[in-house]
Amino acid sequence: MIKKWFKSGDPWIWLNAAAVSTSIIIVVGLLLLIAVRGLSHFWPAHVIQAELVNNSQRITLIGEVIETEEVPIQRLLDSGINIKTDKEFITRTLLKVGNRDKLGSDFRWIIFPENTAINYPKNIIQVERREWGNFYGYIKNITKNGKIIATQDAAWQQLQPLIDKTNELHDKIRNIEKNEIGGINYQLERFRLERRKFELQGINDKEALAEISASEAKLYKEYEVHKKSLAVLYKEITTYSVNAEIMDGQDVVIPLATIVRAYQPNALTFLQKISTYFSKLAEFIFDDPREANTEGGIFPAIFGTVLMVILMAILVTPCGVIAAIYLREYAKQGPLTRLIRIAVNNLAGVPSIVYGIFGLGFFIYFLGGEIDQLFYPEALPTPTFGTPGILWSSLTLAILTVPVVIVATEEGLSRIPKSLREGSLALGATKSETLWRIIIPMATPAMMTGMILAIARAAGEVAPLMLVGVVKLAPSLPLDGSAPFLHLDRKFMHLGFHIYDVGFQSPNVEAARPLVYATSFLLVLVIVILNLAAIWIRNNLREKYRNLES
Amino acid sequence: MQTTLMQSSNTKTTETARKLSDEKECLKVNNLNLHYGDKQALFDINLSIPEKRVSAFIGPSGCGKSTLLRCFNRMNDLVDNCHIEGTIEINGENIFAKGINVANLRQKIGMVFQKPNPFPKSVYENVAYGLRLQGERNRRKMDEAVEKSLKGAALWDEVKDRLHDSALGLSGGQQQRLVIARAIAIEPEVLLLDEPASALDPISTLKIEELIHELKQNYTIVIVTHNMQQAARVSDYTAFLYMGKLIEFDNTNQIFTNPSTKQTEDYITGRYG
Repeated sequence: MIKKWFKSGDPWIWLNAAAVSTSIIIVVGLLLLIAVRGLSHFWPAHVIQAELVNNSQRITLIGEVIETEEVPIQRLLDSGINIKTDKEFITRTLLKVGNRDKLGSDFRWIIFPENTAINYPKNIIQVERREWGNFYGYIKNITKNGKIIATQDAAWQQLQPLIDKTNELHDKIRNIEKNEIGGINYQLERFRLERRKFELQGINDKEALAEISASEAKLYKEYEVHKKSLAVLYKEITTYSVNAEIMDGQDVVIPLATIVRAYQPNALTFLQKISTYFSKLAEFIFDDPREANTEGGIFPAIFGTVLMVILMAILVTPCGVIAAIYLREYAKQGPLTRLIRIAVNNLAGVPSIVYGIFGLGFFIYFLGGEIDQLFYPEALPTPTFGTPGILWSSLTLAILTVPVVIVATEEGLSRIPKSLREGSLALGATKSETLWRIIIPMATPAMMTGMILAIARAAGEVAPLMLVGVVKLAPSLPLDGSAPFLHLDRKFMHLGFHIYDVGFQSPNVEAARPLVYATSFLLVLVIVILNLAAIWIRNNLREKYRNLES
Repeated sequence: MQTTLMQSSNTKTTETARKLSDEKECLKVNNLNLHYGDKQALFDINLSIPEKRVSAFIGPSGCGKSTLLRCFNRMNDLVDNCHIEGTIEINGENIFAKGINVANLRQKIGMVFQKPNPFPKSVYENVAYGLRLQGERNRRKMDEAVEKSLKGAALWDEVKDRLHDSALGLSGGQQQRLVIARAIAIEPEVLLLDEPASALDPISTLKIEELIHELKQNYTIVIVTHNMQQAARVSDYTAFLYMGKLIEFDNTNQIFTNPSTKQTEDYITGRYG
């Protein structure tokens, strides 16, 4: 009976199905976990207010419940917490109380006695600040240049329009500081280098120097203008402040300039919650990070990742394709080519950190150092290319992924039927004409497949990048408005490294954890989008040769 | 269909009452020996292909008829460790001589393969391929040449409305005629056909055979076939090869009605092969 069942092939089918479903469950589970953990972070949660008595002292606690867990009493007793109970386990709650400026830390573990009264006052406000993290508490009044203009509910009513206005001012200030003045500084630095170049070369070109001085004077003049408008804006932005009270009764002054967003979490309707959620999500995706990367957004990291991967694809695809064409079409097939092929395949198995070391030793110290000596002597001892940067990162990853492209392209080339090559040759085409007119166009989808695999590999790679160009916080994007627009020497931020940094190096572990999930989710999303784009291009090409296999 | 076949073979019989020695010579093979590595595939072939006639190579599988055919346009160059001795002359010029440009040679000697092998391009681009290789850019000339070639291959009426559709959408027989059109577009002197109808259905085969009949007005045609009826129907002269040796080459009528060697007679009467 069993034997018959085995013979029928059913167990084999079941085994296959089991393997497939296990893989699917693992992948879906992984995505679901990071998506739920990461994306729920942005949902405006309720804020509780609890009254409890500790050592005959009444304490008020205000905060967000982050998680609850069961802990053995013994552990708490061992760590010096005095609890009188005969139970073996007790529930404790992690409360985000915020107000780091007054309370010292954002999070507290609380053990609520069983009869604690917990309520959700509607007039609690939550303020996201540019410094010191979140504020939770009650608003008292708003002041304008030190004079009170509204109190209590009226103050709350007036707050939102004022926040919108100051945020506008904040954007203006940031634009002037970062783009306008940043651009001026960049240009001034270039003029300084140019002058230094003349000095080093011993040229005394009076006209050119005068021209530089004139341009510099012009830039200084522009700078003065910006400085004045900045002073005005700064005065304007510091006009308003909010006075508020936190859970233990301390007063807090929040300058309006530091407020990103303020809302009453317990009074939000569902629609308002949704709009708050998306505004927070948009901030996360499109803004710069704040507070040692634990607040704000991760736009520079997304941008850096995508740009680095695109640069890598541009570098690796031609290189790998040309190598594959040589190996498959021109090289004499023999022991040597076999050896090269084995070596190429093995390259794909080298640990990526080794490539990082190679990139550091060869690209940065040797190649970058030489480039600096030859082309940027005026900037020395400050290195220009002799230091980690996006170019070296892309190059290192290009070397890391080149075997993938070679293997995929070779496969594509070997699949092209011999009869088509013969057909072309029989019409009087030379070998290279056949290659360019028939074989390469037909192998393009395979090349694209190689590129897709390379992108998938490179986008998730972190270890080598830590040696060759990724930083925790890059002051400027590698692509911006000042010539030459693409700054290959700049350092950049990367989602993968961002995850590592936020997860391991953050001073505020609890605040960082949801961001780790959210960033991971985004990294997966970015890789998926990059791959889909490449697949879309490939499918458009493949359409042309659809009936090839028939 | 049967009647048509009969008719075409009938017309052939009257037409081919010529002597091989009277014909103008196009290709001449002298003492050709060919080795694949250690294995000898062709033994001392001597042969003269007459101009603007259809010559057929017949023989059992593996007898070297395709190998011989592929010598004429040096397709065997693509095979590793293929070694050739002897000469093949086209208009008195040795194609194995040192200074010969193989690409130019292949423009002069076109070839059609057993399986249709259109490029994954449009019908138009397939036919224009050879012309583009020669650097032809004039759009009007190209259009004319494509139309002429497609008409020459008896395909024009079927594809004139879909010139810019993919050639891979054509039927097998159409694809094979397209490949012939592609070959004649560059106006070669000789057309080599390597079992051109073996992958096709009977109707397509018939069309190809009629086409061969038309083409011989302008081209010297060498056809390899394992189908003796086909050789009898389309060719003026027939060569019988066996085990890499040329056994007999003569007027098709002569070969099929009164072969001079026993081996040929045995093969034709179906005693082996």
